[in-house]
Amino acid sequence: MPELTTPISDEDIRNLKAGDTVYLNGVIVTGRDAAHKFMIEHFITQPVQVDEAELYADLKKLLDGGVIYHCGPVVKTHADGSYSFVAAGPTTSIREEVYQADVIRHFNLKGVIGKGGMGGKTLKACGEQPAVYLHAIGGAASFIAQSVKEVLGVYKLEFGVPEAMWVIRVENFPVVVTMDSHGTSLHQTIEAQSKEKLAELIG
Amino acid sequence: MDYKSLDLTDQFVELIRRAATQLPQDMRQGLRKAKGNEEPGSAAEGALDTILLNVDIAEKNSTPICQDTGTPIFEVSYPVGVSTRKLADQIRKAAAVATQNNYLRPNAVDSLTGKNSGDNTGEDFPTMHFHEWDEEGIHVDLLLKGGGCENVSTQYKLPDGPLGAGRDLEGVRRVVLDAVHQAQGKGCGPAVLGVAIGGDRGSGYLKSKQQLFRQLDDTNPDPQLAELEERIYNEANQLGIGPMGFGGKTTALG
Repeated sequence: MPELTTPISDEDIRNLKAGDTVYLNGVIVTGRDAAHKFMIEHFITQPVQVDEAELYADLKKLLDGGVIYHCGPVVKTHADGSYSFVAAGPTTSIREEVYQADVIRHFNLKGVIGKGGMGGKTLKACGEQPAVYLHAIGGAASFIAQSVKEVLGVYKLEFGVPEAMWVIRVENFPVVVTMDSHGTSLHQTIEAQSKEKLAELIG
Repeated sequence: MDYKSLDLTDQFVELIRRAATQLPQDMRQGLRKAKGNEEPGSAAEGALDTILLNVDIAEKNSTPICQDTGTPIFEVSYPVGVSTRKLADQIRKAAAVATQNNYLRPNAVDSLTGKNSGDNTGEDFPTMHFHEWDEEGIHVDLLLKGGGCENVSTQYKLPDGPLGAGRDLEGVRRVVLDAVHQAQGKGCGPAVLGVAIGGDRGSGYLKSKQQLFRQLDDTNPDPQLAELEERIYNEANQLGIGPMGFGGKTTALG
């Protein structure tokens, strides 16, 4: 099976086609609604404030050629203060549609992992950047947690455990490319096919 | 029986652990059957395979099947003489312990401040419904309903012009199929459909959730509804949305 390791090159992204299964390795960052809203409002549409410059610099580095994972994990805190992921499946991605394209462009993201797919704005950004949308298996949280080998740190824990930005190292994280950088979205295809079938059933 | 000193906190913690980490047998059977129906080597088969593998891992390690342990909804039936106020306190205490044990993700967030309480307790959280009954014992059902399937839950007002859905069972069939189509893979399919007809907005949603306590293979006692349920189940699976929305034969399990 093909593998991808962060930071990911443009060439690797261009080689991926919707429908491919890949194993992801390297450091990635989790981010959901609060994280995306924060990045847009504090870093992208506004000048970066002095007290957030360090966080911004860290994220710039982590996300350049990197991957954001739409995931609100269950996290165990160990006696020494370190963390491990207990359950870490994908959350529904479409909620980030309003933010995702700008985040992809600003940080030079190469991949977004989630579930359920995203819309036209994100697909367009995937074509331009280039980047891909990677579908993890929902309802497989304990399984995916086994791919999370290490929790390297966490930003914005004040958002709460699910909404914080967790920096994790993954090994052989299985994902399916469902939106590629060539304008193909499996979600659009399935949506259109099922719409035809629906019309037959209720037409 | 003297219920005054009754403390079910430990039992509630164990109930939460089981609900979060063990999938009921009927659901496992449904998933296995669905996997057998999918094309060998397809993304749909792969998704179901991973889901089944995950179910085994979660049970073995006592870790949540899904990281989104959702909104806990307790349905408690109790005899005369039981203090529901005490039971509610014990459920809240159990939710906090279960969160500490990583059976639950901290999901109670203040809607205005965005602050997460960190222990799954808060105003009206967990959700609890108490029903007094004539039996001796206390019976508790727990539903952990995640946000993905909540996001795609919806309500229709019949008649619905664009869907050609009248105020009748044919109208119900049309809007349910439309809801399945709208959801695509966003609700983390394959889905189990919970449908309620009538009531007000609040009671309709509640009833539709309570449908999810039914066994996957049970039959509606009303023959007309049984027929409708069977038809919707078959037609939903003809939509071809499939597990995770990858395409395939399993869009709904029941």
